Amino acid sequence: MSKTLLEMKSITKTFPGVKALDNVNLKVEEGEIHALVGENGAGKSTLMNVLSGIYPYGTYTGDIIYDGKVCRFSNIKDSERLGIVIIHQELALVPEMSIGENMYLGNECGHRFSIDWNKTYSEADRYLKTVGLKESSKVLVKTIGTGKQQLVEIAKALAKKARLLILDEPTSSLNEEDSRALLDLMLSFKKQGMTMIIITHKLNEVSYVADKITVLRDGTTIETIDNHGKEPVSEERIIKGMVGREMTNRFPKREKTALGEVQMEITHWTVHHPLYPERKVVDDVSMYVRKGEVVGIYGLMGAGRTELAMSIFGQSYGTHFSGELKLNGKTVKMRRSESDAIRHKIAYVTEDRKGNGLVLSQSIRVNTSLANLKAISSHTVIDSDREYAVAKEYREKLRIKTPSVDQLVGNLSGGNQQKVLLAKWMFAEPQILLLDEPTRGIDVGAKYEIYCIINDLAAAGKSVVLISSELPEVLGMSDRIYIMNEGRFVDEMKAEEATQESIMAAILRSGKGA
Amino acid sequence: MERKEVLTLLKKNAMLIVLVLVYLFFLIITQGGIFSPSSFTELINQNAYVYILGAGMLMCMLTGGNIDLSCGAFVCLLGALGGVFMIVQGLGTGISILLMLLIGVAYGCGLGYLIAYIHIPPWIATLAGYLAFRGLGTSILSANSKTGSLAPFPVDFQSLFYGRVFPTEKGVFNWPCFLFGLFAASAVIVILLRVRSSRQSKGYEADTLAGVAAKGGLGGAAILLVTAKLAMDGGIPTTLLWVAGIILVYSFLTSKTTLGRHFYVVGGNIEAARLSGINTRRIMFIAYLNMAVLTSIATMTVIARSQSAYADIGKNFEMDAISACVVGGVSASGGSGTVLGMVIGATLIGVINLGMSLISLDANYQRVVKGFVLLAAVVFDILSKKRAK
Repeated sequence: MSKTLLEMKSITKTFPGVKALDNVNLKVEEGEIHALVGENGAGKSTLMNVLSGIYPYGTYTGDIIYDGKVCRFSNIKDSERLGIVIIHQELALVPEMSIGENMYLGNECGHRFSIDWNKTYSEADRYLKTVGLKESSKVLVKTIGTGKQQLVEIAKALAKKARLLILDEPTSSLNEEDSRALLDLMLSFKKQGMTMIIITHKLNEVSYVADKITVLRDGTTIETIDNHGKEPVSEERIIKGMVGREMTNRFPKREKTALGEVQMEITHWTVHHPLYPERKVVDDVSMYVRKGEVVGIYGLMGAGRTELAMSIFGQSYGTHFSGELKLNGKTVKMRRSESDAIRHKIAYVTEDRKGNGLVLSQSIRVNTSLANLKAISSHTVIDSDREYAVAKEYREKLRIKTPSVDQLVGNLSGGNQQKVLLAKWMFAEPQILLLDEPTRGIDVGAKYEIYCIINDLAAAGKSVVLISSELPEVLGMSDRIYIMNEGRFVDEMKAEEATQESIMAAILRSGKGA
Repeated sequence: MERKEVLTLLKKNAMLIVLVLVYLFFLIITQGGIFSPSSFTELINQNAYVYILGAGMLMCMLTGGNIDLSCGAFVCLLGALGGVFMIVQGLGTGISILLMLLIGVAYGCGLGYLIAYIHIPPWIATLAGYLAFRGLGTSILSANSKTGSLAPFPVDFQSLFYGRVFPTEKGVFNWPCFLFGLFAASAVIVILLRVRSSRQSKGYEADTLAGVAAKGGLGGAAILLVTAKLAMDGGIPTTLLWVAGIILVYSFLTSKTTLGRHFYVVGGNIEAARLSGINTRRIMFIAYLNMAVLTSIATMTVIARSQSAYADIGKNFEMDAISACVVGGVSASGGSGTVLGMVIGATLIGVINLGMSLISLDANYQRVVKGFVLLAAVVFDILSKKRAK
């Protein structure tokens, strides 16, 4: 082992006004899994884009030495020819095409003017088997789940004869089970001699798969940590490198005050799938939240958490609802209407901020006031001065990093976008906040700030329902935890009694019992 | 001012500058012909329908790049019906206008229902009208007239939609018209100053006094110039009142009201809009109901101007309205665009049309020029926006 496959030497890349990379060095040895960690904006993706030729030679300074030769890629094809294949965070598959077609997109096998479909599909099937997918390559991509789509991306990379595989946050949209399977797949590739670079925010994954860890911060290399010592590298150790300070507590303490009375309660809540009405997505769920309480709902992806939250929020998901919703002890007859829910002081902060949370083409100002336009208008005429004032107030309150509230939300980083989303719902002045994965895909520093906001909300007597698939987050933030699996609540625990093991055990028990 | 600020200012008003340049070009090439009083009247009368339909099309496009292909054909059908009411049946002007509006509302409700609640893609739902209405209109015309056209419309109808306010002879200076201009110009300046002082008193960012002077000065001067020219050509055309009224109402609606905001948000991200408590179906419904109502008003200005209803009336109107929006910077995928932009786009196309007919360019070449100018305008707009980022 230990032949250097890739060396990036003093890479510097500047964008107008910003130095994205400043003298970055990265050394990857053949056959290892190298993790690249750092906060959002630290320069991880930029570095990988330099490597893969998306930023062509000449737009950066420094050298890329791959397999002993200095390389000057002018586009992504150049790097792929040498076996450097990058799998981006956002899946780049065409849903209406088959798996096989997707795998050979832009890389079609056949002759100049015709495609050899028999070869395409038989080769594709072969690669699918190596990544452990049982689906035929003729199946349309839209019919398989996100986890499997990620595997298709990997099979696609293999079909390009990858020698150095770069995975940019491969597990960000996968549940824990699928994530684990993916990481194990990476380990099995490593045995076969593949070299891999993984970019991820999930530090437990880093210590699980990585041989070496390179930490980037603000466009510079901080350190490279060897993960082969006697003790596995602790997460705190990595975080220290990432944020430049020791983070003794990843979750801010909340003042334990006496909880108020029950603010929201649902009983025997059942929701059916909108397209397959015979399927129950939420099955006989009962829960309550007190004033000033943070209630966690933990479940794997597909457990029905989002569906539960959205069905509470004005029945915005599902059909054939049954069950009872009580607000402050009174039964509420809900219609299928989101504005009704807002009027009843319920807010649903979506997990998919780009998809259905924010209007990316509009400014921070417009997004902030969106759910409560009434408050800044009289007789349906918007008072734009008041709107500016509100947007600025929330920019200060949530520390949204932007010079102007006229900035388009699409230009903000993930953490700041999430804050704008929270600002929008806080401005709607809800009493009950359903937070669905509020820290997905944002860096450690921004996560901490979001946690502080959650604590402030609870301290102000709001009821917070925190839905998350990150166990430490649920454990660290909640007063009480509901555990959800396959549409049902399988257990309820007090936070101080719950542990990662007991929660996972509850899920496993329920799986067997069913 | 810094050089950078000047550049961003130029980029922000790129299409306005193009409009001025194109106008200057035709000013030279027509040896001042395009600057004559009658050209001003002509520009307004010829393009009234583009502004009116453009306002409706803008609202549709804002909701997500949706368009209405049927408006041109609906002009033909409604024009034919108007002819039947006023000329064949001899109904009064008021009752005829009311009937035409009611038919427009009925069509708008039907179309809006199909698009918003049955989820028929707008271009398909309106394609049906595009195909059917002209046939229907033509057959109504030929059933009621041997020549296939109905004329003339009553005088009071014509003076309402194609007349002058306080008319005077050509060449005699029309004082009411110029006073109206003075009033409008000073209103613009007063409003700008009031906005500035109210912002200052509340401690918000406000334009500099020089900025207000520039905006108000240029805007006011433009209004005075137009009204002075119109005053030399017999006074304010009633079409201008209709157009100006609609432009003002829709400017206010899109930029200042919650309803207008909802249109932008639905076009920007319909799911986010829905989850923010906005009734997205209602917005889609309103967009098409509104379009049909505006189409009805446009029909009245058009049949009044042509003084007859005929089979080819309203041909390609939908394309003119869409072009005006697109040239005016309205996003083809929805969520952005302004009434002012649409007005500039429509005026640009109008100036090019007028200029070319003044130099009596061959009609076929006119189309070629128009096509390329449209493309160039949009390319220019997109490139300048890219740089501005």
